[in-house]
Amino acid sequence: MIDKQVKTTADAVAGVRDGSTVLVAGFGAVGVADNLLDALHEQGAKELTIVANNSGNGDYGLARLINAGRVRKVICSYPRSGDYSAFLNAYRAKTLELELVPQGTISERMRCAAAGLGGFFSPVSAHTKLAEGKETREIDGRLHVFEKPLKGDVALIKANKADRWGNLTYLRSARNFNPVMAMAAELTVVEVDTMVELGEMDPEAVVTPSIFVDRVVVVGANA
Amino acid sequence: MSYTPLTREQMAWRAAQDLPEGAYVNLGIGIPTLAASYVPKGREVIFHSENGILGLGPKPEPGKEDPYMVDAGKNRTTLVTGGCFVHHADAFLMIRGGHLDVSLLGAFEVSEQGDLANWTTEDPQFPPGVGGAMDLAVGARAIRVIMEHTHKSGSPRILRHCTYPLTAPACVKRIYTNLAVIDVTPQGLFVLEMVPGMTLEALQALTEPKLHLANTWQALEPPAARAA
Repeated sequence: MIDKQVKTTADAVAGVRDGSTVLVAGFGAVGVADNLLDALHEQGAKELTIVANNSGNGDYGLARLINAGRVRKVICSYPRSGDYSAFLNAYRAKTLELELVPQGTISERMRCAAAGLGGFFSPVSAHTKLAEGKETREIDGRLHVFEKPLKGDVALIKANKADRWGNLTYLRSARNFNPVMAMAAELTVVEVDTMVELGEMDPEAVVTPSIFVDRVVVVGANA
Repeated sequence: MSYTPLTREQMAWRAAQDLPEGAYVNLGIGIPTLAASYVPKGREVIFHSENGILGLGPKPEPGKEDPYMVDAGKNRTTLVTGGCFVHHADAFLMIRGGHLDVSLLGAFEVSEQGDLANWTTEDPQFPPGVGGAMDLAVGARAIRVIMEHTHKSGSPRILRHCTYPLTAPACVKRIYTNLAVIDVTPQGLFVLEMVPGMTLEALQALTEPKLHLANTWQALEPPAARAA
């Protein structure tokens, strides 16, 4: 019998290696797997490359990993969001590297990795500083910039419901980066509010199909 | 003769009047977000939010905030009846793929050619943040900017060439400022509307490139500024 549920968040992040690229879903503070990020802090992996939209808040989750000196590089579109003092201090101290990527380019680079493609040409960032050093090509009279796929070693996903196969649904705008990141990593780990019986989800409404999911852990009131 | 600049709300009101029935529209963070409240009654405009909301609604009533509903600026928001959710890659497919009719954006500077600068001032003390700005600037069918006509110092934001790094070249088609509505055309900048009391000469003094007055120009008078 397939059962992807694990007992603890520690079990969920077991085996994440130093130097891993970690896809951290969420938009601002919404749809972020903060429990898994805290478990990753406990787990101890370092020299991490984090892919996220923002750069963490306060001193929990991603910000806590940054404060602990465990993050080597952040690939994000908008680090300046909320209380991002953890990132700002490390950025000013030059202890971490920032790769700034337009938001739609980050999500498409991950989708591209998920789809097994070798990259894509995008008009976004053409003629700007963010395209410097990148291959360009004129397509139908418009300059495009070549973007490589972006694959994670691990994705930390926040969903609302899962079944034992790992089918997932989300809550409203907490969906954001979660489905695309869930598809784009070697190991996809999910924290959920609730487990439901196999068959209980409406097949028409499954957002992330189980094929992309490796481990599921329940957090919060139902844990 | 003296003139009164528009407030942020009045600028948003003016931009909202140009959103047609049935349009799919993305509102940037800042003043553009306010435009959602000023769509004329009875006109259906569907707002898109980069974080995967199609059918963004007004601010929630106090006590009815939903922690799972935020807009692009991470403020609490609502979903209208008929609205739905998509994931990020699809939200940006809508932006990049030309599916949005209008993108209303804030800006630091706009050039005579419609170049847009709105993502970094190159302040060495702070990291830059681009968010969805570059995607919106190349993807939506019409790019319109809402911004103060000048910097706080009084120096122009509408320039021959942008001084800050570009978000995208030659993309802005219309500029709503606190003083005027200006179209960017291959023939130059055309003033469609000015606040009452403003003259072309006075507006030109606050604008670097040459301004032309449109034949059909009229007064820019939002509701609260009209004679009571």
